Amino acid sequence: MENNPLFKSGHTACAGCGQAVAARLVIEAAGANTIIANSTGCLEVFSTKYPETAWGVPWIHSLFENSAAVASGVEAALIYLGKKDTTNVIAQGGDGSTGDIGLQAISGMLERGHDILYVCYDNEAYMNTGVQRSGLTPFDTNTTTSPVGALSSGNLRPKKPVPEIFAAHGIPYVATASAGFPQDLTRKVKKAISIKGPKYIQVHVPCPLGWRHESNQMLPVARMAVETGLYPLFEYEFGVITARKQIMPKPVEEYLKMQGRFKHLLNNPGEIKKVQDVADNNIKKYNLKLEAQG
Amino acid sequence: MKEFLEGSHAIAEIIKSCQPGVISAYPITPQTHIVEDLAQMVSSGELKSQFVNVESEHSAASVVLGGSATGVRVYTATSSQGLFLMQEVVFNIAGMRLPIVMTCANRAISAPINIWNDQQDSISLRDSGWFQIYAEDNQEAVDFHLIAYRLAEDKRVMLPVMVCMDGFILTHGMETVDMPEQDKVNKFLPAYKPLYKLDTADPISMGLLADPDYYMETRFAIQETMRESIGYLFDISKEFNNVFGRDYKDLLVEEYQVEDAEKVIVAMGSVCGTIKEVVDEQRAKGKKVGLLRIISYRPFPYARIYEALKDVPKVAVLDKSVSLGAYAPVAVEVKSAFFGKKKGPKVISSFVGGLGGRDITMETIHEVFRRLGAKEVNFDFVDLKPELLKEEYGE
Repeated sequence: MENNPLFKSGHTACAGCGQAVAARLVIEAAGANTIIANSTGCLEVFSTKYPETAWGVPWIHSLFENSAAVASGVEAALIYLGKKDTTNVIAQGGDGSTGDIGLQAISGMLERGHDILYVCYDNEAYMNTGVQRSGLTPFDTNTTTSPVGALSSGNLRPKKPVPEIFAAHGIPYVATASAGFPQDLTRKVKKAISIKGPKYIQVHVPCPLGWRHESNQMLPVARMAVETGLYPLFEYEFGVITARKQIMPKPVEEYLKMQGRFKHLLNNPGEIKKVQDVADNNIKKYNLKLEAQG
Repeated sequence: MKEFLEGSHAIAEIIKSCQPGVISAYPITPQTHIVEDLAQMVSSGELKSQFVNVESEHSAASVVLGGSATGVRVYTATSSQGLFLMQEVVFNIAGMRLPIVMTCANRAISAPINIWNDQQDSISLRDSGWFQIYAEDNQEAVDFHLIAYRLAEDKRVMLPVMVCMDGFILTHGMETVDMPEQDKVNKFLPAYKPLYKLDTADPISMGLLADPDYYMETRFAIQETMRESIGYLFDISKEFNNVFGRDYKDLLVEEYQVEDAEKVIVAMGSVCGTIKEVVDEQRAKGKKVGLLRIISYRPFPYARIYEALKDVPKVAVLDKSVSLGAYAPVAVEVKSAFFGKKKGPKVISSFVGGLGGRDITMETIHEVFRRLGAKEVNFDFVDLKPELLKEEYGE
């Protein structure tokens, strides 16, 4: 990994970009025998500005919403060429290309049973275009298209349950992960790659610009999202939850106060309570709470 | 071997002969019979190919994009709304210089929804960087697919080709077609050897971001390739004739009784069969009329059209599509071939017909020749029904 990285330095990501960290972990875990189809978005822009590329594996970008379909074509061609058994295929994109504009293409890819790992780097808004809300933006987040005002405390709805939507396809493996837990992410990618069929991993990746935190706070912010229950880490196999990361839940305020995008909530106990309800629902739904040892 | 075949089945047969490794399509009338037949061939083992049934045309185009980028010959087919849903990918494929071949079963565009033939779909994608060649009959539709792969995969070209065939009229029409034998196909169209591909043994990145320092040259390069391809089409046509014994000349236009003609209709596609009948009838009565059939709409054969029509006094362009708010698409380009030139027709009139599947009959063509007089006309729709044009929601 150190001598010949598959995702090289010199790309133009912002300092403290969680997506750059996660993308490198993903490809290093998948290995050199991998072809990537990448959606339009930050990762594509900062890693492949002509005439340079950060990628040490075959990599293709076509459009915003079609990386799952492009990957399906890559996989079909590899089967035709007799190379599929020795080549991994990864499709990847951000939360907008995954949960909004590309949802249909991914659903098609999953339903058809392609042997592809889809990785969503979830930074919870359209960061590449300037922090507009997406379907995966959390409740009450201040973005440029869900601005806080006299009549609004930010994004009106909670995150779209994309992992559950994809798990409902009955595919072999669905997992959430976080840039704040690198070993866990690496393990999940290796596990996914070892399984034949369609797989989905959604990685929570802090964006210092969009979330408005210092660039050296990427790891603590990512970890706090998990530790509050706002970003539950779990694994589904064939539609059934088989593992989750259990936590001693911290109050959501600990997470909210780290980021400018939630600053408007800090003197508003009523709204904080609503965010706490989101975390509490997750904790209950996924059985996240680590019981104290007797 | 001569066979009596439905157009769609003949296309499926020739695609089978071309042996694409990946086929992807989404059903839309009137393209369906082509892909149904291909699915059957894959299912029976007749054709060794990956047939990917997708959830939209956007994904069909994206799947063949991915397959082509991985170094495999690919095929898709669509029509009308399907082509429009693909549009983003269609431009993308040309920009990425992928030699994809697609059949467009030409059909009208909604609203109002209409499944019948005109050429609005492919004409609307004329600026995409794809070759567009229009077949008059099913023999041509078959042959043009072979030529399309040969052209697209030429190392000097590396651009996608759209073979346009009129929906229903050709796709569902039964005709005798001389089906190319497999050994001859193999001779004319060797196995695809990609110039570049996604390969873990030699990793490359494709589809990079090009900023203002680099973008314009990519467009200039496609434009240059299109221009140079006018010569390649001639060479490929000659080779095709050597192998199959059918001569499509320069593959740009067909001149039918043009040389001494006083009135010529310019058109594309299956309507040209009807026009030829009318030309024959009128010639028998001593009238000097002719047809100039455009085969290659992209690249557009300006010089060839100039040469063919420069001494013809009156020309009528019959478009099967419109550019609402402007002159009809083919008419505009035919006119532009003569702008600033010393010679040229005194009159180039523009007629629009056959939209949404309205039959262009022999009488329609006679009417076009009749209306082609000393006064140039534009925006002239033929076979309109005046009784349908009354205001219903007036004050």
